[in-house]
Amino acid sequence: MSAICAVTPDLLKLDAAAEVERIENRIREIVFQQLKRKGAVLGVSGGIDSTVTAFLCARALGKERTKIIFMPEKDSSSDSLRLGRQVGEALGVEAFTEDIAPILEACRCYERRDAAIRSVVPEYGEGYKSKIVLPNLIDDDRYAVFSVVVQSPSGEMKKVRLTAKAYLGILAATNFKQRVRKMLEYHYADLFAFAVAGTPNRLEYDQAFFVKNGDGSADFKPIAHLFKTQVYQLAEYLGVPREIQDRPPTTDTYSLEQSQDEFYFALPHAQMDLCLYAKNQGMSPAEIADAVGLDEQQVERVYAMIDSKRKATYYLQAEPQLIEPIDEV
Amino acid sequence: MEQIKQEIRNFVVANYLFNQEGVLGNDDSFMDLGIIDSTGILELVSFLQEKFGIEIDDELSPENLDSVNRLTRFVSRKLNGNADPSSISHGFMPEENVA
Repeated sequence: MSAICAVTPDLLKLDAAAEVERIENRIREIVFQQLKRKGAVLGVSGGIDSTVTAFLCARALGKERTKIIFMPEKDSSSDSLRLGRQVGEALGVEAFTEDIAPILEACRCYERRDAAIRSVVPEYGEGYKSKIVLPNLIDDDRYAVFSVVVQSPSGEMKKVRLTAKAYLGILAATNFKQRVRKMLEYHYADLFAFAVAGTPNRLEYDQAFFVKNGDGSADFKPIAHLFKTQVYQLAEYLGVPREIQDRPPTTDTYSLEQSQDEFYFALPHAQMDLCLYAKNQGMSPAEIADAVGLDEQQVERVYAMIDSKRKATYYLQAEPQLIEPIDEV
Repeated sequence: MEQIKQEIRNFVVANYLFNQEGVLGNDDSFMDLGIIDSTGILELVSFLQEKFGIEIDDELSPENLDSVNRLTRFVSRKLNGNADPSSISHGFMPEENVA
């Protein structure tokens, strides 16, 4: 049964001041009392989630007890570092810059990824750019199978469906990026006896839009309960730089700009947030369709996708499995 | 058609059920059982293309692929069409102009 009578796009509006206070209290409890660490360290990409997380940590723990790391690589947008630096300046926290391209080269990240792409696009090489995309999953019953989009040096675009081997090859290679970043975050956490803050929002956390032991790993995740729509509300309240608030969400992982709905979610985040919220509240597709701006059948597909992704990503969410419980720990 | 069904069933049981026979009904939905994810679909497509010499373009829907029986009917329809074994493509689809 629906707990909400009026279904409007404002369903996710929250009291930003109260929520910020609540989160900051919990950050202090978690970091100082539970984890017994001296502060927090996090990677900042210039995106809204890591920025709001940085603001919350600095306000909760103090700027001396918050450190941020910028970790650009070859495929990063130049905006990421520039906007990340704005966060550091706004908060007055210590910031470190680690160019991770040499580490990725040493792991043969780019080489492995390009070889996987070449298995389906033989001409892919120097000067080419790429991204992987999903088909339209809202208007038809389809599987979420990836294609690679490549752009030649002369600007020609081509889209080719991936084989399983090519897809896994690209994924395994590009996942180095998130795992190298996490390795550096824990280096700084060890150096300062700090805890690592993760930055997923609720949709990302629920639908496992993260790399296992990459950006999926952290000591605490202060905005994982918030829909991205709500993260933006907090950003407004906290005075996050306007340019960061207005920046379109991006994966910042591929050399061709890739939106999160091309890569992982079926819809822009505002609509996905409403669908996820409504589904969790037990609302029927018919109740929510108008508020989301979709028809009932499209919402049914989104609901089915949410369930399907939760099942399919069990592996990403699972803790290490033991042969028998070890109750002493 | 029975041979097609058996070969499809053997592939699904070996690759997604780790050889547990007796668990899968031929009308059981792979999605409902959660046994094949999107990567699995790509593997299945490669298998069908190579094994039966068919080309699968923009036909990746549950209606065609979501059970042993649906797969059997889909492959049979493709084989009764103008499937050309020399045109097997491994992961290629017709080039699209992308905006």
